[in-house]
Amino acid sequence: MRIPILKLHNYLLISIQTELDDKTAIQFQEDLLNKIHETWATGVVIDLTSVEIIDSYIAKILGDVVSMSDLMGAKVVLTGIQPAVAMTLIDLGIHLKDVPTALDLEQGLIKLRQELEE
Amino acid sequence: MMDNHFQSCIPIQKEWDIVAARQQGRDFSKQIGFGAVDQARIATAISELARNIYLYAQKGAICFEYIEDMEHKGIKIIASDEGPGISDISRVMEDGYTTSGGLGAGLPGIKRLMDHFDIYSEEGKGTEVTIQKWLR
Repeated sequence: MRIPILKLHNYLLISIQTELDDKTAIQFQEDLLNKIHETWATGVVIDLTSVEIIDSYIAKILGDVVSMSDLMGAKVVLTGIQPAVAMTLIDLGIHLKDVPTALDLEQGLIKLRQELEE
Repeated sequence: MMDNHFQSCIPIQKEWDIVAARQQGRDFSKQIGFGAVDQARIATAISELARNIYLYAQKGAICFEYIEDMEHKGIKIIASDEGPGISDISRVMEDGYTTSGGLGAGLPGIKRLMDHFDIYSEEGKGTEVTIQKWLR
């Protein structure tokens, strides 16, 4: 299964609407980095509103994709993390400290614009 | 009504079984009456246990059971494998201990998600982890 990546001006938008298994997550990581390379995108929003479970492995992949994109020169913001997911991640001991987040897609785009204009 | 002795098991042999186990755990905890946050906790704990089996033992099973006592009902999950076993359990229960390079949150994380956590392991024979959560 492939997660669709949409291009909007200089941004890439991703809404994850499916249960994330390990393979899909790894494929997504690769696809996103390739897409950044192809499109010269400067900002990425990954919306997680529909994701009901993030375990330590998926969290690691998401954290890594943020660092990897950063290395390439694109900023990533994660948006829409559900309350239950946030509580579970902290219980698990996963803090995703250096990962930029925002409440929803709209706030995510605002945050990207601010960060990229600085 | 839930059957008192309802139990079901999912074999863990391939990567997709991790997803199947957590989906079933989530559905089952929903049927028992757990709210969204506890459903996520239970499903995530199952996902971690299933991944441990897949990573370290290759083969095993996750079993779900409906439990009740005088005041509560709850869920019990048993993750068992016939893998290499764990030689020093007190070490794997330390926060931050890993042999996989940080692929899992580790057992202390799973323990924090649940009300009860028990581990039994014998080197060369396998490991059995039992977790429980009560409905409040």
